[in-house]
Amino acid sequence: MTAPAARPHVVVLDYGSGNVHSAVRALERVGADVELTGDAAAALAADGLFVPGVGNFHACLRGLRAADGPRVIDIRLAGGRPVLGVCVGMQALFDGSSESAGGQPEEGLGQWPGSVDRLDAPVVPHMGWSSVRVPEGTRLFAGVEDQRFYFVHSYAALAWHLHPEGAFAAVAPKVTWATHGTDFVAAVENGPLSATQFHPEKSGDAGAHLLENWVRSL
Amino acid sequence: MAAVSVATRVIACLDVDAGRVVKGVNFENLRDAGDPVELAKLYDAQGVDELTFLDVTASSGDRATTYDVVTRTAEQVFIPLTVGGGVRSVDDVDRLLRAGADKVGVNTAAIARPELIAEIADRFGAQVLVLSADVRRRIGDDGRRTGEFVMTTHGGRTPVDLDAIEWCARAAELGAGEILLNSMDADGTRDGFDLELIARVRAAVTVPLVASGGAGAAMHFAPAVAAGADAVLAASVFHFGELTVAQVKAALRAEGVTVR
Repeated sequence: MTAPAARPHVVVLDYGSGNVHSAVRALERVGADVELTGDAAAALAADGLFVPGVGNFHACLRGLRAADGPRVIDIRLAGGRPVLGVCVGMQALFDGSSESAGGQPEEGLGQWPGSVDRLDAPVVPHMGWSSVRVPEGTRLFAGVEDQRFYFVHSYAALAWHLHPEGAFAAVAPKVTWATHGTDFVAAVENGPLSATQFHPEKSGDAGAHLLENWVRSL
Repeated sequence: MAAVSVATRVIACLDVDAGRVVKGVNFENLRDAGDPVELAKLYDAQGVDELTFLDVTASSGDRATTYDVVTRTAEQVFIPLTVGGGVRSVDDVDRLLRAGADKVGVNTAAIARPELIAEIADRFGAQVLVLSADVRRRIGDDGRRTGEFVMTTHGGRTPVDLDAIEWCARAAELGAGEILLNSMDADGTRDGFDLELIARVRAAVTVPLVASGGAGAAMHFAPAVAAGADAVLAASVFHFGELTVAQVKAALRAEGVTVR
């Protein structure tokens, strides 16, 4: 692939979530001009916004809200400007999670209906490289449909509830599935809003290719 | 139950002392075989699924070099990186994660103070915390190894009066997201993994289990997976160029094990 003429500006949202170093380097490697910041104005202005997230759902949501993340994401999406959520950064986009925070279910950003629940498998967390089932017409997975990606998580969206009908059917989200004990949503492409449950920044060449697909779409 | 699609991981471990690989050997095409970053890149090119750095730096003054090595590795190798050795506190974990580690191994400090496991898991999530368990068989009154497994600390030098199977189960309950199970009896023998130990811990925990210690030949890895390991780790066979990661994966695949 040839490099785009201008390097798209990507903000990796820094809201206190774990190792974001790798995401920054991985995006730079595929041609993005990357800024690691928690500044809302910068996150609004960027060509692409990368929303990371590791650890506890409740802790991530608290950090995301403190950084004005929900409003930034809303405004970006209203303007059709790309957002990519990864791991808990993907989970945050659903209505909520049953991951315990003192026994209370935690509310998410509600961009997508449905909840995030614990995987039902003999071994949890799901940790390692898994294959995915990619739908027709995906942009993110173009060229890496048959590759494995690195997952590390105990919770996931076990069902997908957004099935637009009528005039909206043409823009139905592209949902990629994987299996660990049970089927779960591994990635979503929904207009400007994309997300992966796995870590593309830790998925070697396959992950780099996926990130490059996203960066080139900006 | 639906199929589990995750591939068995092959992990390469590097012992790092003051930023240098311990006992470096010269691989062809490596500028500096003592540089952990160069070796990490080599293993990545061979198709390794994950890397583990074991920091054996004795002097705390030299620890800064460890953080530098972690950062340089994370900038150049885009697969998961675990760092263990000398991790004593939540702050140590925080520093390693900020430097670019994805997971952090704890051992001695968690035995001394088990609450440390919960503290780390609460702050960063269970998925970053690897319980590194250095296990020995208890020596019976007749001087022979028994089927009873006990914990050791300080790189296997100090036995602790703590049942290894119970400790692994308790650590998983406290929040460890993975167990790196290292047989100190098998370690260095190259006679194969301690399969009984793997099976005992597998029966006691539901978190991922990494088998370590004893790998000497490509045929040693599949039995560890059959005994219950989700991942297999080796150091010296890779380090001395006796086996490549690709050879290990081919041997696993030949035994019907799913690998990447």
